[in-house]
Formats: sequence, structure tokens, C-alpha cells
Amino acid sequence: MIKDFGKYIIMFVVLVLAQVLILNNIQFSGLINPYIYILFILLLPFTIPGYLLLGLSFLLGISIDIFTNTPGIHAGATVLLGFMRPGIAQLISSREIIEKGNTPNITQLGFASFLKYTVLSVLVHHLFLFYAEAFSFGGFFETLLRCTLSSIFSIVIILASQFIIFKN
Amino acid sequence: MRSLFRFLVRNYFLMMFLVLEAISLVLMISFNNYQRVTFFNSSNNIVGTVYEKFSNMDDYFSLGRTNARLAAENASLHKQLQSRIMNQEKYPINRPDTVDAPAYIFTSAKVISNSVNKQFNYISLNKGSRQGIKPDMGIISPEGVVGVITNVSANYSTGLSLLNKRFSIPAKITKNNYFGALVWDGEHYNTADLKEIPFHIIVNVGDTVVTSGYSTIFPEGIMIGTIKKFDVESGTNFYNIKVELSTNFKTLKYVEVVQNTKHAELIKLQSNNVGE
Repeated sequence: MIKDFGKYIIMFVVLVLAQVLILNNIQFSGLINPYIYILFILLLPFTIPGYLLLGLSFLLGISIDIFTNTPGIHAGATVLLGFMRPGIAQLISSREIIEKGNTPNITQLGFASFLKYTVLSVLVHHLFLFYAEAFSFGGFFETLLRCTLSSIFSIVIILASQFIIFKN
Repeated sequence: MRSLFRFLVRNYFLMMFLVLEAISLVLMISFNNYQRVTFFNSSNNIVGTVYEKFSNMDDYFSLGRTNARLAAENASLHKQLQSRIMNQEKYPINRPDTVDAPAYIFTSAKVISNSVNKQFNYISLNKGSRQGIKPDMGIISPEGVVGVITNVSANYSTGLSLLNKRFSIPAKITKNNYFGALVWDGEHYNTADLKEIPFHIIVNVGDTVVTSGYSTIFPEGIMIGTIKKFDVESGTNFYNIKVELSTNFKTLKYVEVVQNTKHAELIKLQSNNVGE
């Protein structure tokens, strides 16, 4: 348990730094900005108590906000994702897997389920994030385009990272 | 009371979600009204240090480009110096300037973080109040206008980039001195909109747009860009002008911070007009 705790702290720091130092500087045509730090929320164990899930989500979002000068926008998106996560988890996998206290990674869930899990989570997070950033529904379709393109990149990077880590 | 308490405990997940989401929303909205949230921004020391460390590493990959830029700026400064010297030879009046302190002071700084793909982009520099940087100073690069400082800590400062939809600067067309407001269109990192130019004047593609000098932040005549295309929206009296920005925000490394030494005096004088 203590070992897991350390593992999650390291993951938190690594993901936040990777996001603000590397991924936020990747700019294809000014439209695409993948946000992969939510991988932290995705990989928290299924049996995590609700207060911890929401608390960590908020902490993660606010950390990104401080780096990118966007108070509240990332925090709002990650808290929403934290809130939806139990629902998404129930939707994509059987009760047994969840109750066994597994972590939702690609080896435990299998590729198809993990893909569904990632796609749903990324969409929830990105839709909130991009519309909150634009702060209006004016330019609805342009924002949707930015959101969709970035979502595709986020999903691909998250899946790729899983294949690299859990290759063996 | 007890049943309310029980209700809260039973639904604590939902309640906690609503509370945290409300906090985020308050942060978002207060930020939209007033940008100087002092805590949550990257001028704070920890964040500044992280960005600077990374930027130091990243610098090695752009040494060639930075050198080329410096050489180009040197050349243009030499040219200006030469014409000054020639003028002095023509009119050799030695008039020591004791009345006027220099109106603008320039401080060079390094960009430690910058973005171009958000709707509201910000820029962070490695100099702060210890080096004399204050809010409301302009940021320029050898190529043109970059932005304005909004937050300062001891050693770092952050500001709005020109690529921020909340930022607008008074700009004029050099050819005929008509002025308007320049705001970013939020679409592409090298174009912005020039507004309020009436359509009876003649503009051409390629005309130069510079700062107008009506703002207290930038000196007059700092390059902004050139007109890329324009049209007249039906039902209005103004042009829709797209300006191609001269600053390349993607490769920005070194900038200068401009201090107007008469900023306070001017603001005070102008505020006298408001009551009348």
C-alpha cells in the first residue's frame, strides 16, 4: 500500500511536468494540444474512496492551472472527470473486476475495454475544458474541432504510453 | 437537522463534487472579470524556477537562430547610429540634454514560458521586481510587439501575450497615420485583427502597422506587422483588416521590457479629464 502511494506521487509529478514542459509546447497548427495528465485519474485503483478520488482530481487540475495561468479551468474539468469515473468504470467493465480492487490498466481490462474507458474519459474532460476555455458557445464548431482533434491526440498518446509501460 | 446531516453524509460524493466544481467556477469567473489573481499564476517562485530550469536546457537547441537574430539587430542599430553621426556632422550643435530624462528604459529578459495555442496566451520572463520590472510595462522583441507585464514576483514576471483575446493595443497604419485597435483573432498565432479603421481611407495589402504612441505602455512606431488582407463588412463603416504579425511567437527567446519613465505622470494628467 505504501509502495503504491509512492508510485502515485511520482506518477503525479511526472505527468504534471510532462504536460506543462513538453506537451503544452507541442503545437501542430495552433489547434491541437493533447492533455494526457488525466492518465493519473484513469489509473487510480477502482476501490479508491470517493473523497480521495475527487480531492486528488482537484489537486491535479489546480496544479496544471497554476502552471498555465488558467485558474479553475483544468480543476473544473478534472473534478468533473473524477465524478464521472465510477459511472464510466461501471459502463465498461463487469462488477467482478471492479470489486476485486484492480487498477484500471490495459492488462487488467483488455484493450477493447481500456480503449472505451479512455475515449469516454478524455471526451468528458476535453469537452468541459475547451468550452470553459472559450467561455462561450460562440464559435461552437471551431471549439468542437479543436476539442476533437486534441482528444484524438490525447487518446493515442495515453494508449501508446500504456503499451510502452505494460509491454511485458 | 439530523436528517439533513444524514442526507449529506449519504450523498457526500455528490456534495463534494458540487463544492469543488463551484470553487473552480468561482476561480474561473473571478479570473475573467479581473485578471490579476495574484496567487494562481506562473510568476510565483516555484513555478518560475521549474520553467527557467527547463528553458535553460532548451536554449542549446536554438543557439543558431538566436545568434542570427542578434546579428540582424546589431546591423540595424549600426545603421541608425551611422545616420545619427552623419546628422551631427551636418548640424554640429552641442546641446547637452539636461531637461529630458530618457522617456523609455529597456531591460532585456529571457522568455521562460510561452504558448500560442490557447485562446488566452501568457508569457513568463526571468526578470522581476528586483530587476526593476513592474506591472503595465510593455514587452517587445527585435521583430515587434510581444505583450504587456501583468504580474511580478521578486525574480520572475508574467504577462499577457499579444496572442490573448483580452489584450488590445492602439495601432496605426504608418502610411496615413490612421489609428485603430489591434486585437488577436484567437485563430492563428501569426494574424490579428485591426479594428476601427474607417473605410473611406485607402489601405493596401502590405501596409505597415505600428504602435500609435497613444498608449502609455509602448513607444511610438514599434513594429506590429503588415496588412495581410482586408474587406468591408456590409452594414458597417469599418474595415475588417487582418494583420500578419511580425513577431514569431513560436520561436521567441529574448525580449526587452519597456519602461515609460513618464507613465505615472501621464496617467495622473489624463485622469484629470475624466471628471469633467
